[in-house]
Parts: sequence; C-alpha cells; structure tokens
Amino acid sequence: MAGRLLIFRRKPAQQGAEAGLSPADQERFRRLVLPHLGAAYNFARFLLRDGPAAEDIVHDAFIRAFNAFPGFRGDNPKAWLFAIVRNLVFSSARAERIRAEVFAPEPAGEGAPAEEDGPEALAIRGSEVQAVRTAIEALPEPFREALVLRELEELSYREVASVTGAPIGTVMSRLSRARQMLAAALSDQEGVRA
Amino acid sequence: MSACADREPMLHGLLDGELDAANALAIEAHVQVCPGCAAELERLRALSRLVRAPGVAYAAPAGLAARIGADLAKDRPPRPRLGRLAPWGLSGVFATIAATLLLVMLGPGGEVRGIEGEVIAGHVRSLQASHLTDVATSDRHTVKPWFNGKIDFAPPVVDLQAQGFPLAGGRLDYLHGRSVAALVFRRRQHVINLFVWPAKPGETLSSHASQGGYSIAWWTRGGLEFWAVSDIDGAELERFSAAYRQATGAA
Repeated sequence: MAGRLLIFRRKPAQQGAEAGLSPADQERFRRLVLPHLGAAYNFARFLLRDGPAAEDIVHDAFIRAFNAFPGFRGDNPKAWLFAIVRNLVFSSARAERIRAEVFAPEPAGEGAPAEEDGPEALAIRGSEVQAVRTAIEALPEPFREALVLRELEELSYREVASVTGAPIGTVMSRLSRARQMLAAALSDQEGVRA
Repeated sequence: MSACADREPMLHGLLDGELDAANALAIEAHVQVCPGCAAELERLRALSRLVRAPGVAYAAPAGLAARIGADLAKDRPPRPRLGRLAPWGLSGVFATIAATLLLVMLGPGGEVRGIEGEVIAGHVRSLQASHLTDVATSDRHTVKPWFNGKIDFAPPVVDLQAQGFPLAGGRLDYLHGRSVAALVFRRRQHVINLFVWPAKPGETLSSHASQGGYSIAWWTRGGLEFWAVSDIDGAELERFSAAYRQATGAA
C-alpha cells in the first residue's frame, strides 16, 4: 500500500522523538497501531478491573505510542502497544496504592469487580459470560494477565513474553496455572461447565 | 484418570498452536492412546471456548476511539495526561503537518504488479518471522471460526490432505491495504500461503505468474479474491488452485 502512496510535505520532518510525526509516520501509525485500540482496552480493562480507569490508560497509552512512534522499529505493533499499556497500568496501580496508603485510613475492598450500569452490563449480568468475566477478574496477577493475553488477545507465547518481560517458560507455567485456577473457579459455579 | 504430568506442557502447547510439526504429531499420537491426556485436552479446549465466547472480552466504549483520534489529529498532540508516571522522555514540540498531508493514489495501471510483489513479500514474511500461523491446526472446523470477528468476510476453509496439500492453519495478515485472511497449506516441505480478501465488485481475475523463484496464482470467486503463493513450481501451484477451487465449489 505505502508503495503506491505519494506524499507531499511542505517541510521536512524533524528527526527523533522530540519532533512531530511525519505524515508518513502518522499514516503508518493509523494503519499499524490504531486498529489495536479495542484489544488494548480489553487488556487494560482486565488488568485494572475498572472501566473508566482502563479508558484513561488506553487514551494515555495511545498518546505516548503516537509520540514515540518515530522510534518504533519492531514488527509487532500490537505487542509494542500492549507493553506501553501494561507499563502505564502498573505505574498507575503503584501510584494509586501509594496515594491510598497516604490518604485513606482503610485499604480498598477485596478486589470485587466494579459494577457497571451500561445496557451491555445489565444484559449480561448473571449470565454465563458474566460468570466467566468475574472468574477471570478474580484470578491473581500475573496469571490473569497471561490468560487474557493468550486466550482473549491471542498473543503467542513469545509475544506474551515480550509484553510482560517474563521468560517463555514462566509464561507457560503462568498460563497453565491460570487455566487450572479458572477451571476450578468455574466448576464451582452453577450453570457453567468448565 | 488424569493427564500425564510430563505431557501437560505439550497439551497446552498443542492447544495454543505453539508446537512444531514433530512435537504436535507426537502429542497427538499420545492423546490417541492415553485417555487421561485426551480428557485433559478436551477440558482445556472447553475452557478455551468458554473464555473466548462472544461478550467475554470487553469492547471499548463508544467514543473512546473518536476522542483518541481527535487528540492525535491536533497539530500539537497533548502531553501524556498521566504525566506524573513513567517518564518516557517524550515531551517536546510536535510540529505535525497533518494539514499538508496529501495522498495521491496511483491509478489501477500498475496495480496487479504491485499486488504480486505484496503477496510474495507477505509469503516471505510469514516464513521469516516464525509467525506462519496464528491458529495452527489441520482441522478446518477450528480454522474457519477462528477468523470470525477478526475480518469482515468468511474465507472458505478446506483441508486438501487427500489431494496432497494438507491444511496447516490460518493467520491474519495485512496486505494490499487491509486485513486479509491467510490460509496455510503444505506441499511436502513447502508452504503455500493463500491470501483471501473481498474482491472489488464486478472484478474477475484469473491468472498466474512466477517472479523471483515464487509461483503465484490468483482468481476471484464468490466476491472474494484469492492469491496463492509458494516456492513450488507453477504447474504444482496450479494443481493446488484447481483442487482448492473444486473443493470449495463443492462445499
């Protein structure tokens, strides 16, 4: 595709992350990174277990990814974007914890997933799908992350390893353990076979 | 009866399409004779179906894409909003010149040659990046649904084992300016990539060519455009195309 695009620029693009993106890079970004917005949201949503926080993180991740894009040399924009999302999620979780310790007399609740009142949430509450979501969200880190990246986002072991910075062997054992825990949780629930 | 402890990683690997052909064959053979491992594999598959059921993954809220798009289209994209976190050293001047962006599409004159190049590049890329298949299985009933929701068309998936072109799996690829389906077949030690995407309305193609040691064959059918590419010789690729067309015509 890019080979058949002629791009006219009024001024040459500046080099490096301090400069804006060239039109060619902007076009590449739209083509390579933007299509993973939905996946990035799903990933952030399961990591954070909170819708509005996931929106904020994804929005921020896209701005960072956009600004950093001239330096991106990899061949896997999805894994690259996910690594940025994950970095933000964990730095934000750290920041939240620090603030909570300083300002809140009591720690937050036991990690119950936030209730949502959108039509989608209402329609599926109580359903098998909701049971699966709840069971996934109840998985401890880093097992939840491995499962979401592999099963929902269909990343390869190698890609999961690159996003999470863990060796492939660790990815495999986390995934195996995640599946074990999830199957146990779901088999405890009524109406869900696993 | 439970699975053999030493085989469990292989069962996960098989489920996840992470095994090479030799290991996949070994564990598939073992599952045939070991009820414990067979049951465990079935449990893993059932769990995977449950997790991948429509509605489990969260869809991005309406408006998020538009808000992000609007931010990125600004002459000066905003600084990251969570600036207190993870300094990435990305501040600075954003002299974007989106307004001056002018795209000129070349006419259809040079198009087919362009696609041939892209198809070959896609084939070579699939072999180099150890990313031949996203879903590695010879089971067409697994490959076909895998594409659901990933692309807005349904590529006909058939196994041509009997004709000497066993199905090896499927993959999502990006070609010719859009997401396309890639079906992967094998011919002895060779790989055939079959790229599929919606044809332009009313367009009918059917031809073949060879370029730089690669054979290509392309045709349209049922509103889809098919591009087969491999390093097998042209006559053999023609046999593959004929077998595929016959099998999908009958299906």
